[in-house]
Amino acid sequence: MTLDDLRRIMVACAGEDEHVDLGGDIMDEHFADLGYDSLAMMETAAKIENEFGVRIPDEKVAELTTPRALLDFVSHVTVS
Amino acid sequence: MTQATVAARAAQTDERTTAVITGLGVVAPNGLGAEKYWAATLRGESGIRSLAPRGMSGYPMRLAGQVTSFVAEDHIPSRLMPQTDRVTRLALAAAELALDDAELRPGELPEYSMGVVTSNASGGFEFTHREIQKLWTKGPQTVSVYESFAWFYAVNTGQISIRHGMRGPSGVLVAEQAGGLDALGHARRAIRRGTPHIVTGGVESSLDPWGWVSHIASGRLSKESVPELAYRPFDHGADGYVPGEGGAILILEDAEAAARRGAAKVYGELAGYAATFDPRPGSGRPPGLEQAIRKALADAGTPPEEIDVVFADAAGIPCLDRDEATAITAVFGPHGVPVTAPKALTGRLYAGSGPLDVVCALLSIRDGVIPPVPNVGTVPAAYQIDLVRGAEPRTAPVRTALVLARGKGGFNAAVVLRKHRKEEK
Amino acid sequence: MDRRTVITGMGVLAPGGAGTKDFFELLSSGRTATRRISFFDPSPFRSQVAAECDFDPAAAGLTHRETRRMDRATQLAVVAGRQAVADSGLETDELDPHRVAVSVGTAVGATTSLEREYLVLSDSGRDWFVDPGYASPHLFDYFVPSAIAAEIAWLISAEGPAAIVSSGCTSGLDSVGYAHQLIKEGTADVVLTGATDAPISPIAVACFDAIKATTPRNDDAEHASRPFDLTRNGFVLGEGAAMLVLEEYEHARRRGARIIAEINGYATRCNAYHMTGLKPDGREMAEAITAALAEARMDGRAVDYINAHGSGTKQNDRHETAAFKRALGDHAYRTPVSSIKSMIGHSLGAIGSIEIVACALAIENDLVPPTANLHERDPECDLDYVPIEARDQRVDTVLSVGSGFGGFQSAMLLSRLGNGS
Repeated sequence: MTLDDLRRIMVACAGEDEHVDLGGDIMDEHFADLGYDSLAMMETAAKIENEFGVRIPDEKVAELTTPRALLDFVSHVTVS
Repeated sequence: MTQATVAARAAQTDERTTAVITGLGVVAPNGLGAEKYWAATLRGESGIRSLAPRGMSGYPMRLAGQVTSFVAEDHIPSRLMPQTDRVTRLALAAAELALDDAELRPGELPEYSMGVVTSNASGGFEFTHREIQKLWTKGPQTVSVYESFAWFYAVNTGQISIRHGMRGPSGVLVAEQAGGLDALGHARRAIRRGTPHIVTGGVESSLDPWGWVSHIASGRLSKESVPELAYRPFDHGADGYVPGEGGAILILEDAEAAARRGAAKVYGELAGYAATFDPRPGSGRPPGLEQAIRKALADAGTPPEEIDVVFADAAGIPCLDRDEATAITAVFGPHGVPVTAPKALTGRLYAGSGPLDVVCALLSIRDGVIPPVPNVGTVPAAYQIDLVRGAEPRTAPVRTALVLARGKGGFNAAVVLRKHRKEEK
Repeated sequence: MDRRTVITGMGVLAPGGAGTKDFFELLSSGRTATRRISFFDPSPFRSQVAAECDFDPAAAGLTHRETRRMDRATQLAVVAGRQAVADSGLETDELDPHRVAVSVGTAVGATTSLEREYLVLSDSGRDWFVDPGYASPHLFDYFVPSAIAAEIAWLISAEGPAAIVSSGCTSGLDSVGYAHQLIKEGTADVVLTGATDAPISPIAVACFDAIKATTPRNDDAEHASRPFDLTRNGFVLGEGAAMLVLEEYEHARRRGARIIAEINGYATRCNAYHMTGLKPDGREMAEAITAALAEARMDGRAVDYINAHGSGTKQNDRHETAAFKRALGDHAYRTPVSSIKSMIGHSLGAIGSIEIVACALAIENDLVPPTANLHERDPECDLDYVPIEARDQRVDTVLSVGSGFGGFQSAMLLSRLGNGS
């Protein structure tokens, strides 16, 4: 899963905040600063689970606060 | 106003508080925005057309009032799109139009001084249709997190309140087609209990296949396939109604608070409101609409002869049209008052229709014209009503108007609108 | 001079307690009525626990036609409504029908019937373009939930205002609040009010699964609802109905009615924050409580018992603990607070009315119902939550609150007659 995949999924699941440029360097931005609340993250996580066949435990969703953390987690569980 | 004074004011109800309408937000099948809708209504332009999806071509009825000119992305922030059904997008757009029209900026008002009271009869139905299909074909893990609130009847009130930071008393009422007027009545109650500004009205949309089949199941839809002929309330040949989507959101304010903030427009006063319920079928007692009219007039302190126009519920079903004509003539006498039904151009919008008729009534008061019901040919003589027919609006001074709504099951509501007394001076 | 609202009749169908007598017995015993879902196979779902009513429509007096016509939520409401009218001793044919009103709360209306009909219409979900040939003649009345209010109006021959109040999970409080306002302003002398919901169906379970609002404690269903406990992890979906006869005080007194309690004040606010989220400070709920106290002309120190929303989600229980402190100050620490959702789950729009019945029973019997399953209090919830066992104590004045999706926060004050202002 790439950052572009994540962008696409996030926009589909929760839209884009008008004050945020998702196309920029967002790897280490907090999702909250990108305009995404916990509901948006739950929807995104569910979509990633369904699309990439990974399992993201409930408590993990709240811990993965940046795109980098989320992508690292997904690639880690996909590889292992 | 501090929190404490808001709370203290809430402690007492002041029945003398005048509630005025200062902003109109319309999302109607024949026009987006109050002025466009009003112009279309006066021209007799209809928003009723056949439902487009090919998969619905075999359905026995397909005519619906559709808000085809609404492009959600033009009105709704991207963040809200995935979590909202069409009905909520329409409601949010209508609320925004109403706030703009009233030049009311909630952020500048004291907290808790603004609430939201809406009506809705079927929730976010298309959204839930998609999610329930996912549930039963792909499994529970594919159901959206937004399903938990995008469907329920409270969604429009909640989303409007959040979008504009309105934290005062709010509510949601359902009474099929009567509910939109009940919302206005309850909004006035909230004002009288001390909250000066209320966003109120009703918006509806449930034209997805499952929603549509539910409409058909009412057994009350017209079987006619020609759009002009399908919904002809009070006509000799009326055979049912056409459902539609859309409605209106209004800004209702304590007249004094509106004056204090220098409200640019005061369309009129919500002078009277009443609701009744029909006796149980078979009881032999008369239906409740006449009582609702009399109570609303009494509440407004208005004798029947002061009413200049009646916006009828106009069910388009012969027995219900007859009952309504009977109630109107009982109060106003045979041919005693002009009666009209602009909803013939939009279809019945359930919770949306009452508030939309209120918009019409207020603009009739403003412009001194009564919109016509263009496609009605002959009205049974026994109805004894002066239905405004033909292509042209009727010019007449309108100072006070009555709006009626009935909901399936026996719900009746009536609202009296009056030119604001301050405006008359 | 001022018109006052009193409760003169009550009916309830709650999980584990049908009728006020059984319901009170359940509350005083602290038993729980939560269990593994039996209405359908819950194994594909995250949360498989619910508080179900053992309800047999025929045994409850409904005819075959009524059972067919009415959604389960309507059935529960009608049976509870009949109980309430019987309990009030009202002779409905002696009432002026124009002075009798109806308000019924429901959050999700006829969900169960809609889902059942959907499966037929869509061929188990296969067809997006559902087949109108399979539509039930009652489908429209499931589609638009005001049919529930119509059934309730018919049972008491009401011809005054009738409506559904549907503000999500505060519907049950707001419905009774609406009825109270109708009486107070002079629109009605008698209101048959209350609320109902029967949401234990796959779509409702799935949507709460998705936001992880319901508990996944499937291995211990009986102890799954744990408000204020450190180990709480979500609410337990419930169902039920409660109906009340509200009367204008003089109307009740003139006919010599048994007055169960008075409704002294009611208020609602919105948090305008989030459709499902709560800010931890509890400000708007506190404001609703303050406004209800103002209407009741009561000091917060008059409150003897707080019936909490207490859903058992992490955020809710902290939110309202903060709200109680904000509204009542130090008195919050001295006041017993409990959540009956620990026993009967969270029946969405219905629960507010069921809780009002519980509050009235608390006043009538001088008993504070317990919070079941509360063994280890969350340090962030530091009030007296009446763990495990009911408490015998004088209860003159009760505060009941509700909180729901959409941001609704509502509060109501009830008291023993003569203890209000």
